[in-house]
Amino acid sequence: MSVASIRYATLDAGRSYWGLLAVLAGVTLVGLAGFLHLEHEGHWITGMNNQVVWGIPHVFAVFLIVAASGALNVASIASVFGQVTYKPLARLSGLLAAGLLIGGLVILVLDLGRPDRLIVAMTYYNFKSIFAWNIFLYTGLLAVIALYMFVLFQPAFARWTRAAGTLALLWRLILTTGTGAIFGFLVARQGYDAAIMAPLFIIMSFSFGTAVFMLVLTAACHGSGRVLGDALLFRLKNLLAVFVSAVLYFVLAYHITNLYATEHHGYEAFILNFESLYSKLFWIGQVGFGSLVPLALFYAPRTRTCRISTHVGAGLVILGGLIQMYVIIIGGQAYPLVLFPGMEESSSFYDGVVASYIPSIWEFLLGFTGVAISLIVVVAGLGALGILPEDLSDPKPAG
Amino acid sequence: MSLDLSRREFLQGAGAAGALTLAPGVFLHAKDPEVPVTDAVRWGMLVDTRLCQEDCDACVTACNEEHNLEDLGRPETDAQWIRKLTVRDPLGGRTISLPMMCQHCENPPCVDVCPTGASFRRVDGIVLVDKHTCIGCRYCMMACPYKARSFIHENLTEQLPHAPRGKGCVESCTMCVHKVDAGENTTACAEACHKDGHQAILFGDLNDPDSEISKRIQEFGATQIRADLGLNTGVRYQNL
Ligand code: SF4
Ligand code: SF4
Repeated sequence: MSVASIRYATLDAGRSYWGLLAVLAGVTLVGLAGFLHLEHEGHWITGMNNQVVWGIPHVFAVFLIVAASGALNVASIASVFGQVTYKPLARLSGLLAAGLLIGGLVILVLDLGRPDRLIVAMTYYNFKSIFAWNIFLYTGLLAVIALYMFVLFQPAFARWTRAAGTLALLWRLILTTGTGAIFGFLVARQGYDAAIMAPLFIIMSFSFGTAVFMLVLTAACHGSGRVLGDALLFRLKNLLAVFVSAVLYFVLAYHITNLYATEHHGYEAFILNFESLYSKLFWIGQVGFGSLVPLALFYAPRTRTCRISTHVGAGLVILGGLIQMYVIIIGGQAYPLVLFPGMEESSSFYDGVVASYIPSIWEFLLGFTGVAISLIVVVAGLGALGILPEDLSDPKPAG
Repeated sequence: MSLDLSRREFLQGAGAAGALTLAPGVFLHAKDPEVPVTDAVRWGMLVDTRLCQEDCDACVTACNEEHNLEDLGRPETDAQWIRKLTVRDPLGGRTISLPMMCQHCENPPCVDVCPTGASFRRVDGIVLVDKHTCIGCRYCMMACPYKARSFIHENLTEQLPHAPRGKGCVESCTMCVHKVDAGENTTACAEACHKDGHQAILFGDLNDPDSEISKRIQEFGATQIRADLGLNTGVRYQNL
């Protein structure tokens, strides 16, 4: 398939198209109403407290941001590594990444104690803060994606595709490293103080982003009456399977290195002993349904060429990813800080005990708002620009 | 730079206002707002756990009153700048009790991570949050090894001029900066502990070898909690 011959077309803005946008806008509006209420009352109405300071909004936001980086996989493979098969999908890859990133950032901003001070966050910088650097990395990635898309859309700039794609690839690798480092730099927290956090986040981004990409691609083809060829779908599935295995490997490495250090045994038992809620989520949600079941679906002879199994598998990877974020973000905070190693601590401020956290509807509303905004960007983009090729069916065998 | 200046002026303004409201009948060496805060001093506190009584929380009550920290009956979200911590050695069962508050680290992780620079350390060693630039991201709470910080989860009423607070911002022990800047040379917790006759908390200048706090540290030594983190805390403990 020669690249020049690909014909792109916008989605037909029919009833179902507008219906979908209306539903997404509705979810966003409900979420924003919830945000106004939260803003008025303060965070006490949420499940977050002085022990678990980051909650469900951060689970959603970090997931979306990490997935955004991974959604660019297809673009990188096509534009940097020159895989022709993925070239027709590079535009969707860029659009989806932008959408996911915007959704994640919106959640982060809406959850701030003082969202009205967004301008302060953009004008006062502490350059020692990895968080401040991430603000640059996130907004910068949006600019880089815009540049990449521009190059893709202008045939006159075609020879710059590789350069723009390489810039996007490097940028997103740094961005995911930075996101992982937000946690990795928290030296005092038993669950986070690990250099492996950064590479773990990179490989998680590959996995989550590819899974989201597959489902969005299928939905877009389905909704617009395009045929998505088996070859393309299963190729993506095989890629996803490798990423899921790699995440599992890194998780294993993380826990084994932690188990090596006796000071981390408390936290490791907390996550691994199958007693705490977080441990159950880890084994059943993250490892079981989020990794092993999809891998079985992707590789087992009876399901490996089944489209439905492939989609179920991708959906489970997303669910497992959210659960993994929950275990990392909430579990890491719920486990008590150790002020006096080897001693038993107690106080009126929940020292020495596992902190409780019961997520509230307000936090889920913020999370859903972010997801809805991500999808609005994607759906609107698909309707306005020629993102999807007209034909994604398998190439006919020659002769 | 201009940020630092305005911040300093703001705090000293607040300190002066506090001195006025607190002052009747008390002679104060109020700090001249024109004189910048200097690193010639390093304010700190020393806690002797042998003198600290397990059933006493005079320091906590005094801090809450000094800064108008209300008990809203929601212990998970209510602000606590200082708390009593009980530490028990499982081997033998020896129990000690101590006040835990912001340790006013020289290398504060809360300052390192704050994206806007709202969390800052004054050159005299006091770590504060600038309530004008804090966006309420709570990253500093994630980073503090001592869980010293509280997020304000609700609307507050009846603010005190010397302790500005507000919904959506993070706060922690200010080492009674308004008292320090007013020249009172003590903190609410140290004062209350003294009044109750325990004298477990001593406030002073760690840089001045002749101050009582320095002398006691020279003589008996003092420990940092989680010294392994290398934060060089301004709050030290004896007989841990
Ligand atoms: S004790 Fe916590 S809040 Fe206080 S200076 Fe150190 S890191 Fe910051
Ligand atoms: S909550 Fe405020 S003081 Fe703390 S890191 Fe965020 S902006 Fe800085």
